[in-house]
Amino acid sequence: MKVMAQMSMVMNLDKCIGCHTCSVTCKQAWTNRTGTEYVWFNNVETRPGLGYPRTYEDQETWQGGWVRTKRGKLKLRAGGRAKKLASIFANPKLPSIHDYYEPWTYEYDMLLSAPQGEHTPVAKPKSLLTGKDMSIQWSANWDDDLGGSTATMQDDPILKHMSEHVAEELEQTFMFYLPRICEHCLNPSCVASCPSGAMYKRVEDGIVLVDQDQCRGWRMCVTGCPYKKVYFNHKTGKAEKCTLCYPRLEVGLPTVCSETCVGRLRYLGLVLYDADKVGAAAAIEDEHDLLAAQREVFLDPHDPEVMAAARREGIPDDWIEAAQRSPIWKLISEYEVALPLHPEYRTLPMVWYIPPLSPVVDVVASSGNDGEDGRTLFAAISQLRIPLEYLAGLFTAGDTGPVERVLRRLAAMRSGMREVNLGREFPEENAEAVGMTGDQVQEMYRLLAIAKYEERYVIPTAHTEVARELEEMACSLDFEGGPGMGGAGPFGSSSGQPTPVAVENFHALSARQTADSPYGPSTPGRVNLLNWDGNGRPTGLFPPGEDGAGEEGRS
Amino acid sequence: MGLTDASADKIILWVVLPYVTFAVLVVGSIWRYRYDKFGWTTRSSELYEKRLLRWGSPLFHFGLLFVVLGHFLGLVIPNTWTEAVGVSEGFYHFIATSMGSIAALVAVAGLLILVYRRRSTGPVFLATTRMDKTMYVFLAASLLSGAWATVQTQILAGGHGYDYRETISPWFRSLWYLQPQPALMEGVPAAFQVHIVAAMLLFALWPFTRLVHAFSAPVQYPFRPYVVYRSREASVTSRAPRPGWDPTTTPPR
Ligand code: HEM
Ligand code: SF4
Ligand code: SF4
Repeated sequence: MKVMAQMSMVMNLDKCIGCHTCSVTCKQAWTNRTGTEYVWFNNVETRPGLGYPRTYEDQETWQGGWVRTKRGKLKLRAGGRAKKLASIFANPKLPSIHDYYEPWTYEYDMLLSAPQGEHTPVAKPKSLLTGKDMSIQWSANWDDDLGGSTATMQDDPILKHMSEHVAEELEQTFMFYLPRICEHCLNPSCVASCPSGAMYKRVEDGIVLVDQDQCRGWRMCVTGCPYKKVYFNHKTGKAEKCTLCYPRLEVGLPTVCSETCVGRLRYLGLVLYDADKVGAAAAIEDEHDLLAAQREVFLDPHDPEVMAAARREGIPDDWIEAAQRSPIWKLISEYEVALPLHPEYRTLPMVWYIPPLSPVVDVVASSGNDGEDGRTLFAAISQLRIPLEYLAGLFTAGDTGPVERVLRRLAAMRSGMREVNLGREFPEENAEAVGMTGDQVQEMYRLLAIAKYEERYVIPTAHTEVARELEEMACSLDFEGGPGMGGAGPFGSSSGQPTPVAVENFHALSARQTADSPYGPSTPGRVNLLNWDGNGRPTGLFPPGEDGAGEEGRS
Repeated sequence: MGLTDASADKIILWVVLPYVTFAVLVVGSIWRYRYDKFGWTTRSSELYEKRLLRWGSPLFHFGLLFVVLGHFLGLVIPNTWTEAVGVSEGFYHFIATSMGSIAALVAVAGLLILVYRRRSTGPVFLATTRMDKTMYVFLAASLLSGAWATVQTQILAGGHGYDYRETISPWFRSLWYLQPQPALMEGVPAAFQVHIVAAMLLFALWPFTRLVHAFSAPVQYPFRPYVVYRSREASVTSRAPRPGWDPTTTPPR
């Protein structure tokens, strides 16, 4: 047994309202740069729908992830090492920018500078790749809210694999949102595809990263990832991907997407797992067994043997304790309501999802029945084959059994809690029917419905490594905010010890959140209202008055 | 033969220039690697355009790999060695010229496609830097002059063609022995002289262009485990802020 810790996420899809706040804040934080216009580390897809990039789930076309060979070995679907090297000069399976979308901007300037004329000036869209006029054909969420529309539905890779009765019942369709980030897989095929070894999985927390100084732009990782969550920065020629906001995690803050999620549906926490079992679990023969096999890889953090083994591997005590409080462990392994996205890709993804019960509830309610009645719900779950099969196509390689079990648990919780809200006892038989106890269901309800910040995000702060860096901080004081600050190192400006990136980011963040900084605005005469917290009167907020009254903020 | 009996311009062309080129290539590459690891990439443009690249890039690169192999055989291996293992001059010439011409043809075809693609595809052209253009000029000059030298002196000339293994190859090796013999280059056909000078200029330019990607060809990929783990401590946790980015401060009074 080789115990390793993995930072992971669970998203409760019932609560996603498809507002895209997570995508926007992530973009503002990480990819608002040139070359990454089309890059969405976090994106929210409407399902049924095509996803981003379009039809990325169709692995017969894109060849991402792993396949099991006849001899029971794992092989990259796009081809082994020799084939990778042979096709390195032009990667045949790389999506082109048009499979994402051509990024554009608008000629905003025209709105202000157009001469007076008969017609209202317009801001025409201009391609960011060619600088020419363009007609916008597609974007990151072009099919937003079009779930079930015949405009896109027939191209959905999941529906294509479902049985023929789908077409007949097309009218009865349903819709939900699927927010996606990098899965930080236990068996990452992106890492395996990287010819230069620039991609790696961090030993301490399992975050998958690209070493920007070592990436040589062979762009094989983009093909390797079946979720298409490695992007190619077309300006720098380097691969970039979601970092799980590691500079924030390292100081105990949740990822930007979690922090800003309007539905508060994201959970972050550690999972302990047995690294020795990963290979065998990913190579299990029957795709339907992958879910169980991956659950088997996880280790019970309360088991004294596991705790001892974890300590032997050098996992610090506060990390073990964090793993015990982890909401992820509870949702995946205790309540068994979270499922992995596309286990059939065999990468053992580590962002799991609680499938939505709402499509079922919607159908029940719209047919005039009681959407919170247990028996009606149970009956509906097993009758509504389309949502069930569709969800199974996403989360269990097509096996409807586990999805049905999860939905029944959610239905038991929903109907049971109604009883409680009406002042009655929790109906124990509801819980028993789904293999849980009433207390367990109510605990689960608390975690899913009203859990506070600290319960949703259990992020161990004191990394040993951070502790070591704090020592570093103790002896050299020239950090931002430290007394020795001022930019001058021992040999002049910028010399001396580099600032640890985590500390640097932490201070940069807090500095941005409190305006009235000691420095003036970066553009003379202007204030960035996006960064202004409403306090004080920064220079440049108002135009200078004739007597210089507007300048008072400068003193 | 030695340095003394060669004229000054020959010494500059066939002694000074090669050594300067070599120095620029080595020192330049080390400098680039140390100061611009981030820029050390193919800067692939496949995202913009695939259809032409699919043909152009493999044709060019595979052709070039064989061209490089041919240069190795022709320049590094003395003709006495090939004869010692029973390869006659005539047979060598036949193989070298036929294979070399095919490789050159493939590489040139690839190059033409790549250059056409650079020029004609909007986004690719916009992403072409001045350095890329310069590089392509010298790359094309080397490749085309080399191909022309082969055609002119080997194919059109008939017979066994020009035997560069009596002149150019020993000159090339003499540079490595640190006993340069520029006189060997006297009387070498002009086409070859142009090709060699163009190639030297290309090598001098090399470290400052995207061509550095050739130095990091991923030969280690087949020999490493698929999944790479790195400890946070071992990885780059603390990159120095780029020089010149210190915030403004008020000088102490
Ligand atoms: C065996 C080692 C090499 C490998 C693995 C390699 C690989 C690559 C790759 C992946 C690209 C990017 C293609 C794209 O997606 O846009 C590229 C571009 C290029 N390579 Fe190489 N290369 C190698 C050696 C060389 C050599 C020796 C040269 C020239 C002397 C060369 C010249 C070029 C040029 C000019 C381009 C730019 C093509 C364009 O977009 O116009 N490469 N190479
Ligand atoms: S989801 Fe993330 S870790 Fe998994 S293969 Fe894709 S990029 Fe790699
Ligand atoms: S912020 Fe939350 S609710 Fe909004 S789209 Fe993202 S995941 Fe869904």
